[in-house]
Amino acid sequence: MYNSGKVIIGIIIFLAVFALPIWYNRGAAVVPPKLELPKDEKQCVEATAYMKASHMEMLDTWRNSVVRDGARVYVSTTGKTYNMSLQNTCLACHKTKEKFCDRCHNYLDVAPDCWDCHIAPEVKLTGRTK
Amino acid sequence: MNAWYSVFAALFIVLFLTLVSLIGVGPVGAKGIFGIYIPYLAAVVFFVGIVVRIIQWAKVPVPFNICTTGGQGKSLPWIKNDNLDCPHNTWGVIGRMFLEVFLFRSLFRNTKAQLGQGAKLTFASAKWLWLFGILFHYSFLTIVLRHLRFFTEPMPSFVQWISYFDGFFELLLPTVFLTDIVFLLAAGYLFLRRVVIPQIRYLSLPSDYFALFLILAIGISGVLMRQVWKVDLLQVKELALGLASFRPAIPQGIGDIFYIHLFLVCCLAVYFPFSKLMHAPGVFFSPTRNLANNNRMVRHINPWNYPVKVHTYEEYEDEYREKMKAVGLPVDKE
Repeated sequence: MYNSGKVIIGIIIFLAVFALPIWYNRGAAVVPPKLELPKDEKQCVEATAYMKASHMEMLDTWRNSVVRDGARVYVSTTGKTYNMSLQNTCLACHKTKEKFCDRCHNYLDVAPDCWDCHIAPEVKLTGRTK
Repeated sequence: MNAWYSVFAALFIVLFLTLVSLIGVGPVGAKGIFGIYIPYLAAVVFFVGIVVRIIQWAKVPVPFNICTTGGQGKSLPWIKNDNLDCPHNTWGVIGRMFLEVFLFRSLFRNTKAQLGQGAKLTFASAKWLWLFGILFHYSFLTIVLRHLRFFTEPMPSFVQWISYFDGFFELLLPTVFLTDIVFLLAAGYLFLRRVVIPQIRYLSLPSDYFALFLILAIGISGVLMRQVWKVDLLQVKELALGLASFRPAIPQGIGDIFYIHLFLVCCLAVYFPFSKLMHAPGVFFSPTRNLANNNRMVRHINPWNYPVKVHTYEEYEDEYREKMKAVGLPVDKE
């Protein structure tokens, strides 16, 4: 092998960079975050699977409906009516965003802009949280 | 080979691979195979394949200094030397390599020869390939780095910054990443260029299209997974971290589209060491790029040279001195 010094250094750099997922966590088992579910309520606005996949789209529709049309009544697929409100409906059951919203969002690097305008219940006006 | 044969052959292979994963995960339900065994196998082939190929390349001797020159070489002290286009030392080579690897400089110098008015041959600059090539590579890099969010916990902050700037305009919901759009557009251009320009269509082989289609399919399946058929990312990260820490487990309930995306990525990883995609390490092994143009300063020893048996004049004279003297021929040594 010619220039073996340089070639071996190159191979080591390649392996080190591409094996980042393996050495970064040092083989430690990561426990996925557990979301704190409401104790007194079993059913969300829509089915769990739908909420998991599309809650952001639902909230987006809600926001547009409330802010642009002033329409605040949401009729779910089961026929139940809800007040379209992040703070009064969602956070009524999911009481703390830190133990519900943030756990997943931080784990997966999702930075929704909900809290640019809304204030989460416990957070006082001293600082912006996201 | 018929040009369109190449396009459709490559397209059918990629569609076939997609179908394999779709059927394998959906009706057959072999999620363990597609989620654990194939990714590990692909990683092994990827790493071993690349290292083996690099070592094979490193064993090939470079008999001549065939560095390409694109500027004034090092000459007399009052002639200005262009050390980037015609490097005469290691620093020049490093500078040229850096520009080549990070900015695709030689592609930037691409020209197009055409017959202008009359029979006048003109060379015009042709930058489109460079532009879309560099957009493609950098958006691909950004996308790969963004995927680190699934493989690291806690996440390095640079991954978060990349995602933040990539989704800066907060288009649609979930936010469409700019690099996703650029990536698909650039790969689309690289494909269209091959079919639209007749000369390049004539030159293109199934392997040219296959790499492009496979990468496009990965991009499209990824965007679909993000925007349309959403999957449970919590479980995706669980699977990814499980694979990275060698504690693989298949979480229940990740959508099939995820396994299609993963399988296509595995196909790309397996294909990589055997294909033209090896231009990534290959650029470092190009003698036309990695040698300095110093032929007149440093002798390039051909590794193929074997010891040649020589018979010098001194030895010749020693052997025939008496005979030479006898016939009156001049000799160096008396």
